[in-house]
Amino acid sequence: MSSSSDGPLTAATAHGGHDIPSWGGGSLPYAVPSKKLGMWLFIVSDAITFSAVIFAYGYLRLAAAAWPRPFGTPSIANATVMTFVLLSSSVAMVLAVRASSLGKVSGAVGWLVATALGGVVFDILHIREWLGLIGEGVRPFHNPWGTPMFGAAFFTMTGLHMLHVTIGVVYLLVIAVGFGRRKFSAADVEVSGLYWHFVDLVWMFIFPLVYLLSAKTA
Amino acid sequence: MEHAETAGNKIVFSVWFGLLGLTVLEVILAYRQLPLETMFSVLMVLSVIKAALIIAYFMHLRYEQPSLFVTLIPALVFILIMMTAIFADSSRLAHMRSLVQ
Repeated sequence: MSSSSDGPLTAATAHGGHDIPSWGGGSLPYAVPSKKLGMWLFIVSDAITFSAVIFAYGYLRLAAAAWPRPFGTPSIANATVMTFVLLSSSVAMVLAVRASSLGKVSGAVGWLVATALGGVVFDILHIREWLGLIGEGVRPFHNPWGTPMFGAAFFTMTGLHMLHVTIGVVYLLVIAVGFGRRKFSAADVEVSGLYWHFVDLVWMFIFPLVYLLSAKTA
Repeated sequence: MEHAETAGNKIVFSVWFGLLGLTVLEVILAYRQLPLETMFSVLMVLSVIKAALIIAYFMHLRYEQPSLFVTLIPALVFILIMMTAIFADSSRLAHMRSLVQ
């Protein structure tokens, strides 16, 4: 997508010959393409969705007599590695956006695939954690430690996030293929990057709230 | 889509190391014997710093027009503050439980 912002203000002067004082925004007050603005607005609404789920967890945990702290060192180590993987995939995404804006097609596709791979590793590690908890007997409405809603809160928060990661992996691969075939532009890569960084950002809250605050300490 | 300014390699990798470092700090804190409220507050402050770094540098908001920031962020913060109203009810529930037992 080529930028049409080489002068939202020149239109005003071209119009009637009068010099209309500029306010700096012109016809593009945000100075971003509409796809990017759309993604930002989606991200804000999705942030509120996640917040609602996280606040519900806070509500339950505050009201509960005792909240389970089932995460031993292996689980915390696993979740820490997941955090590192997601943060690193975000850096790969930054490099993909940069390569695409410089017109380096193979570089951009490579970094996009690397980013998606980070998402796959994250999902695998998280599913391993889920299976471990399910094996210990955690279900949405009962678990071995009391406070039945622990499972519902845990699976909803982490499940919603895992769903976002999985959708992100598909999204990034579609963009990678499309950008490789010159069907998508650098702007499309950048917009997919916003989504990916947001998924990373949400994990920065779920990791401490779900795992670290429920670490099994001796 | 020419951006006049973008984060260079040095900034991107500094932010990355910063985020990894803050994560390590959070994990170390999790094993300190702190009261839950203190631990929660410290972890949330660190997480907000991490989120701000991601938004500013990875999501590039620092280099966009201020109008975009003003449209997106204050409204979100306002909504989050309003949502904290529900927590008064969870202390009511906890209180009622203590009356029953």
